[in-house]
Amino acid sequence: MSTTTLPPTEKTQPVSAPPGGLSDRLKAERRLGWLLAGPAFFVMLAVTAYPILQATYDSLFSYRLTDPANRSFVGLSNYGVILTDPLWWQALGVTLLITFVTVAVELLLGFALALVMAKALSSIRPVVRAAILIPYAVITVVSALAWQFAFDINTGFVNSWFAWLPGVGTDTDWFGGWGSSIFVICIAEIWKTTPFISLLLLAGLAQVPEVLQEAAKVDGATWMQRMFRVTIPNMKAAIMVALLFRTLDAFRIFDSIFIMTNGANNTESVSFLAYRQTIARLEIGLGSAVSVLLFIAVVLIAGIFIKGFKVDLSQARGDR
Amino acid sequence: MSIEDRDGSTGSRPGSRGRRARSRRAWGGSAAALVLASTLAACGGDSGNASVLTWYINPDSGGQAEIAQRCTEAANGAYTIEVSQLPRESSQQREQLIRRLAAEDSSIDIMSLDPPYIPEFAQAGFLAPVPEDVVARVTEDVVQSAVDGATWDGEVVSVPFWANTQLLWYKKSVAEAAGLDMTQPVTWEQLVQAAQEQGTTIAAQGIRAEALTVWLNALIESAGGSVIAEGSDDPAGIQLGLDSEAGVRAAETMKLVSGVGGPAFSTAGEDANATDFEQGDAAFMVNWPFVWPRAQSAVEAGTLEASVPADYGWTLYPSVDTGQPSAPPYGGINLGIGAFSTNVDGAFEAAECIVSEENQAYYFTTNGNPAAKATVYDDPAVLEEFPMAPVIRQSLEQAAPRPQTVYYNEVSGGLQRTYHPASSIDPAQTPQEATDLIEAVLRGEQLL
Repeated sequence: MSTTTLPPTEKTQPVSAPPGGLSDRLKAERRLGWLLAGPAFFVMLAVTAYPILQATYDSLFSYRLTDPANRSFVGLSNYGVILTDPLWWQALGVTLLITFVTVAVELLLGFALALVMAKALSSIRPVVRAAILIPYAVITVVSALAWQFAFDINTGFVNSWFAWLPGVGTDTDWFGGWGSSIFVICIAEIWKTTPFISLLLLAGLAQVPEVLQEAAKVDGATWMQRMFRVTIPNMKAAIMVALLFRTLDAFRIFDSIFIMTNGANNTESVSFLAYRQTIARLEIGLGSAVSVLLFIAVVLIAGIFIKGFKVDLSQARGDR
Repeated sequence: MSIEDRDGSTGSRPGSRGRRARSRRAWGGSAAALVLASTLAACGGDSGNASVLTWYINPDSGGQAEIAQRCTEAANGAYTIEVSQLPRESSQQREQLIRRLAAEDSSIDIMSLDPPYIPEFAQAGFLAPVPEDVVARVTEDVVQSAVDGATWDGEVVSVPFWANTQLLWYKKSVAEAAGLDMTQPVTWEQLVQAAQEQGTTIAAQGIRAEALTVWLNALIESAGGSVIAEGSDDPAGIQLGLDSEAGVRAAETMKLVSGVGGPAFSTAGEDANATDFEQGDAAFMVNWPFVWPRAQSAVEAGTLEASVPADYGWTLYPSVDTGQPSAPPYGGINLGIGAFSTNVDGAFEAAECIVSEENQAYYFTTNGNPAAKATVYDDPAVLEEFPMAPVIRQSLEQAAPRPQTVYYNEVSGGLQRTYHPASSIDPAQTPQEATDLIEAVLRGEQLL
């Protein structure tokens, strides 16, 4: 009988496995994983990595689309031109301002809307949810045009409706100055994307265990205490993911500016600069350099969120 | 945002007729495809596609599509012209066409081009060279400014189609009250004074767009100068004429006019100007002739009192200096033939048909786009619809094109950045700032 109790020492590892390597089963799983995810992976490479590398390569050249014969290697001088140009820093400032203002307001509004969606009477809940989501379904260009018409001095209704406010009159030209232009651009952005943030926050709200709420209630916690001690700490991951997505999105703002001011009154954003150099001026080299700097800024933002605020993207999906 | 793209808003909306026409075209298209397929099957190697010509048009009131239809019928099967619509703004039309041509798109046979962009297209080799006999035919009887606009480097590189120019529009009642003699050339200063006295505004294009360049260029040319003093193939070698006596006079005039331009002057384009003029907010306006059919159709639609266009007066563009004739803006559309087209000969044949006197007269009377051929202005039908046709013709003879350079986009963009808003222009500094910016951009040392 003793023979059977002894472990078969020679067979502790499968014969086929390389020394210190993986089991057959693990290998098969990995192969299946590649088979399933591989096509998507290569498509992603083709549509994201390739353009990024191409743009990085192009950014080292002085290259005008209509004059390919005079394309010449200039090293990093395109970056030098951009980073020493006040226009770049002004555009970066405008972009950061719009990003900060819109994301902050959207977070507050979005949270309020998420609470409404979560707590609304169950009979009207689907209607409320659909109504809140409508702006997000509108194409950005269309929403930008709609807001432009609303604030337009000739066709708009805003001037006559809000003439009782100080500083607003029938002669107020909203797109004639920097501050008022930025204000309208921000409003349009906030109206358009608050539903997105509230949708993500709604998912976060749903994750807060009801037992914790009940326990806090039993302990005599007020609504405010439950909100700040139970609800918000438990949905931190969802909040951070919502913030991250919206910040990245807001940083790339283009459509509203393009439609409403076309960059007048110093309202150009970083994306707008990239558009103007690449598409309007056809300076592929300079424009690519702007795009690469925009990409670096986006990577930095994502890095700060993920490392700095310790956002775990997998938590937002609820699979912790 | 030059007006050739804005004209479209003046016409009737495509209604059921348009839809029927489209479906008819679609049927025609599939029928043609069927015939084509059987022909191909019958005789093998025939390059059947060459007989379909694609004409990229700027949006209008349907005139170009109708002309394409007429020329297709006139061609008797030699070719079929299909139209494909470009974006509304001329700058976006350029962006779309130039990117496709850079990729040697062979589907572009005929293009409706805004004249200031023609040098860029020609220099890049995107336009098929115009044969000499075609040049002789398509420039015959054509007003000088339209021939100039179709020319680059001493050669005619495109086919003049229609030519646009701005007039000074005024309310007869207000001009009379102000004591202005509109039979004589007027200056901007006289207009500003009259507007101040009468408590009205002057509608001009203060928006940060191509229209601002159009206005500034007309002012500099009227003062005897030029935006580009000396052109060059080398971007760093271009000499600007902004910081000259004429350039300073132009900047002064712009600033002066912005003082009586109304509250939305810095965002006003041609359409907003036309609205202000119709509504009576402005009693003087510089604008393209589309404002006339626009007012007429508003009267027909019942949205405008008939007494409003009855009070419209028109004369030549205002002068900057007394005694010196003005140089009104020149615009319009020329036809370029794509260098990569598979049927260049057919495309030139079609272009000649499109710009025939008959079609230009049709386009003028129905879409309000003035003809490039001088003879059209004697057509009684044209004179009946456009009583100001003789003034338009004279204005076209006097008109000055915008700077002709391969780097037009940079020059215009730099001007728009520095001269907008017009109220903040400092005549002593702005021309110098604009010169510095544009030259740095052309040297590749600054962003735009």
